[in-house]
Amino acid sequence: MLGKTAGGLFWMFRYLERAENTARMIDAGLRISLTRSSAAESEWTSILSSTGLRGAYEANYGRSYDGPRIIDFLLRDPSNPGSILAGIEAARENARLVRTALTREVWEAVNECYMVLKKVLANPIEDRDLPRVLQVVRQRSAFVRGASHGTMVRNDMYNFSRIGTFFERADNTARILDQKYYILLPSVRLVGSASDNVQWETILRATSATRAYQTLHEGENDPKAIAQFLMLDGRLPRSLKFCYGKIAENLGYIEQEYGERSTSHALVDSICARFRAHDMNAIFDYGLHEFIADFLRDSAALGRQIEIDYRFIE
Amino acid sequence: MAKKPDYFDEMYGRGSTPRAPFEDYAKWFDGENNARLLEKSAEAEALFRLIGVTFNVYGDPDAAERLIPFDLVPRIIAAREWAKVSKGIEQRVRALNAFLHDIYHRQEIVRAGRLPAEMLARNDAFLPEMIGVTPPGDIYTHIVGTDLVRTDDNEFYVLEDNARTPSGVSYMLENRETMLHMFPELFSKIKVQPVSQYPQSLRRSLMACAPNACSGRPTLAVLTPGIHNSAYYEHAFLADQMSAELVEGHDLRVVDGRVAMRTTRGYKPIDVLYRRVDDDFLDPLTFNPDSMLGVPGIMDVYRAGGITIANAPGTGIADDKAIYSYMPDIVEFYTGEKAILNNVPTHRCSDPEALKYVLDNLADLVVKEVHGSGGYGMLVGPAASKKEIAAFRIKLEANPGNYIAQPTLALSTVPILTDAGLAPRHVDLRPFVLVSPQGIEITPGGLTRVALSEGSLVVNSSQGGGTKDTWVLEE
Amino acid sequence: MRLTVSHRTHYAYDAPVPYGLQQIRLRPKSRPGQLVEDWNIDVAGGQVEVSFEDEHANTVDLVSFAPGQTEIEITCRGTVEVEDKAGVVGHQGGYVPMWLFQRSTALTKAGPLMQALLDKVTRGADDLDTLHALSAQILDHVPYSTDQAAADLTAEDVLKAGHGVCQDHAHVFITAARAMGYPARYVSGYLMMDDRVDQNASHAWAEAHVPTLGWVGFDISNGISPDARYVRVATGLDYRGAAPISGMRYGNAAEDMTVSLQVQQQ
Repeated sequence: MLGKTAGGLFWMFRYLERAENTARMIDAGLRISLTRSSAAESEWTSILSSTGLRGAYEANYGRSYDGPRIIDFLLRDPSNPGSILAGIEAARENARLVRTALTREVWEAVNECYMVLKKVLANPIEDRDLPRVLQVVRQRSAFVRGASHGTMVRNDMYNFSRIGTFFERADNTARILDQKYYILLPSVRLVGSASDNVQWETILRATSATRAYQTLHEGENDPKAIAQFLMLDGRLPRSLKFCYGKIAENLGYIEQEYGERSTSHALVDSICARFRAHDMNAIFDYGLHEFIADFLRDSAALGRQIEIDYRFIE
Repeated sequence: MAKKPDYFDEMYGRGSTPRAPFEDYAKWFDGENNARLLEKSAEAEALFRLIGVTFNVYGDPDAAERLIPFDLVPRIIAAREWAKVSKGIEQRVRALNAFLHDIYHRQEIVRAGRLPAEMLARNDAFLPEMIGVTPPGDIYTHIVGTDLVRTDDNEFYVLEDNARTPSGVSYMLENRETMLHMFPELFSKIKVQPVSQYPQSLRRSLMACAPNACSGRPTLAVLTPGIHNSAYYEHAFLADQMSAELVEGHDLRVVDGRVAMRTTRGYKPIDVLYRRVDDDFLDPLTFNPDSMLGVPGIMDVYRAGGITIANAPGTGIADDKAIYSYMPDIVEFYTGEKAILNNVPTHRCSDPEALKYVLDNLADLVVKEVHGSGGYGMLVGPAASKKEIAAFRIKLEANPGNYIAQPTLALSTVPILTDAGLAPRHVDLRPFVLVSPQGIEITPGGLTRVALSEGSLVVNSSQGGGTKDTWVLEE
Repeated sequence: MRLTVSHRTHYAYDAPVPYGLQQIRLRPKSRPGQLVEDWNIDVAGGQVEVSFEDEHANTVDLVSFAPGQTEIEITCRGTVEVEDKAGVVGHQGGYVPMWLFQRSTALTKAGPLMQALLDKVTRGADDLDTLHALSAQILDHVPYSTDQAAADLTAEDVLKAGHGVCQDHAHVFITAARAMGYPARYVSGYLMMDDRVDQNASHAWAEAHVPTLGWVGFDISNGISPDARYVRVATGLDYRGAAPISGMRYGNAAEDMTVSLQVQQQ
């Protein structure tokens, strides 16, 4: 397959995943602002930071962190190249670029996703419509994932799509943790204030892990367990360990298909090895913040290496 | 049905009872309810949007992607009618290829005095870089779209020979798919010759023209200017249907004497390139140095026999409107037979006598730019205002060599579905012709383009035209 | 006359070139009056991808840069036996129609200054006289000077500048000859100058077609028709069609070119 096509698939699925993740974050921010108006502003700024869009926002609107404006910014503001709408458009643009690598079902799912959201997000969203709109974003993105799961041949094309999905997802989870690591530190537990509980809930909500966490931990909110869950629990589909397990697996299939091992394989193996070698205590000893920072750095390096190894660009 | 009697209607002829090819369809149509058909029409549009058979409008990034309107009344052609038309097309396409070979070699037709040398000398479509080049298989125009119009039961005219990169075949195929999807019962009643084999035929035909440098199974790719091109959908569609890679200029490089595409596993040579990029943009090293769409060095590799380019560079000389006027001679010169299909009588305004006639009769003529396409820069005399004619006269007098003029033909009509039922509209037809060393293959039917507004003769999609499915009946 | 040529063109870049191509027209052909005994082209820092004959029967080599190069060097070495034919090359072979040589190109478009020059040319007793008169008139109008050796000047630019080098003279001649009804073309090649071995550049002259003799060469800068000291390498409608080396490259590296050329009699 063409290097450009591999890159197009990788980015199409990254953009879709990113749009979906942004929708989850808006959902979590909305919940906080409804239940804890005093915490809302810091919550919104932290969401802007997690999405990497704080600079773009402040360039346009200064340092006034108004909930509805941020929501509109994240959803559809034309001045925001990282909005959900812009992400869906970019996903669809990449899908057109790689049209010959997609099944008709996948193409139609992504094209319909675009057509529906373009219509839904044509005007600012009123508060009462917001939950439904966020649900449409998650659902449409899931349709594309489902169509690709159900119809795409399991070859390099499928693997590059999957790598894009999990790469973006892990990046997203790590960025949320990077913004919130301080409330997960063991020392915080001694303080045990109620506001921390809300923050813990936001983290879980932003990663769609609330119900799963409660089921597996019998409702006991514990920062170390939350950190452990989001980083090292291989059962949670948005945990770092799960995502990197998948990336390693998909890169492995490419290695099998091509009969050659690239530098990317070594990089992903070393990231996975780190998750195997550390439990939560070891991570806290090393420093939670430092561990996440290392991860973000290495994952960025992996992204660049995949681009080189598989000739996305020249 | 309201109908102008001075036009031949393909469904009703010049009377009010259906002609033979339309009989079964008319029977079916009478049993249908107009409202249901209009619903079907909306359904078809939604389907086209979902599939993405849309095109971008040049120079307007914010404009919505457009859809070429589809009319669901088919145009039906009898097998016997088609047999004659396709014989005529085959003869003409054979002559076009022989002509291209000749003018890039000894120019026998010029030596024989059948074509003035000025017709080539003053023509930008003639590429000196092709002089002496014989493409693999000696095929110049692998894909031709011969635009036809009908004026009567037995009268077909060739309007234009599209020998560069004719587009529209994806509409022909999607139109048929849509009709099959929406009206399966019709196809069980009426036996229509299939068109769906086209992509496989195209693939076979291109593969048969692999260059000598090719070892083993030829690798095929489609070169597109990119996703912002108005025909991108078609490029992706054809690549997909042929299992060929869809490449852009920046995916390609000259590697080890071949043009190769960048794959995830390194550079892989291409044997046959179906390019949908114009000559001028094909190679910045040989043609327009500012082109970002092409492949530097591809002409060198081509001339060294390392790749097949379809259609060959320089084929535009054959579909030039000034050359067009010589087509009856060209057909006769290379085939030794009289042309089967009519040519529209053409006045070359470069000739002072012809120019005088044209200026005296502007209100009755169609005047076209010699190198124009897409229905732009032309004057349709009978439909133009006095002011438009006066303005055009000035342009024509300033540069007569740039124009040809033709009588307005009484283009046939085929009904379209309107809120008030069937209504006749003017149509043309673009059949798609594949040429390979193994022979010439013409897909039964082609793309029918229809002028959607009443009385209009302009069928171009860029100017409000739509399309129809075209049925050629089984014997 | 037996001439040996050694022609080295060196390109240096201030940054690695990720990808680049050069078309080179540097292979003289054996023809009546010119026998190429041996000729070799060496490319350091790149490779010949393909070779083909263009429409003017020039052999063209397409050279690619080795990825990431900062220099590339093209060296031609060979021996050519040349006979003095008083500039007469002979009749046109091949498929190129004669009218092609009467087409103007971007570099050879006649303008108002050209008309002024043409007004001064006196028609001679025959075509050769007329063309020699043209050649002399051009040298008079536009004396030889390397002061302003900008590449790619149009004939009209050259007339405006009022002086020029061999390439400029050839362009003015071609433009004028075509305006006078003669098919004309550009020739690039080598000239052994009598007083030196080291030449600072390869040479250029023009050919016009006259019905009786076919193509005849005119070296405007030297006011003569080519003799046994001239090696004819490539022809084209203008410099661009016959350029010894022309190319493209990706990236922003700045280019520095040095040429060393020796032509001597054996």
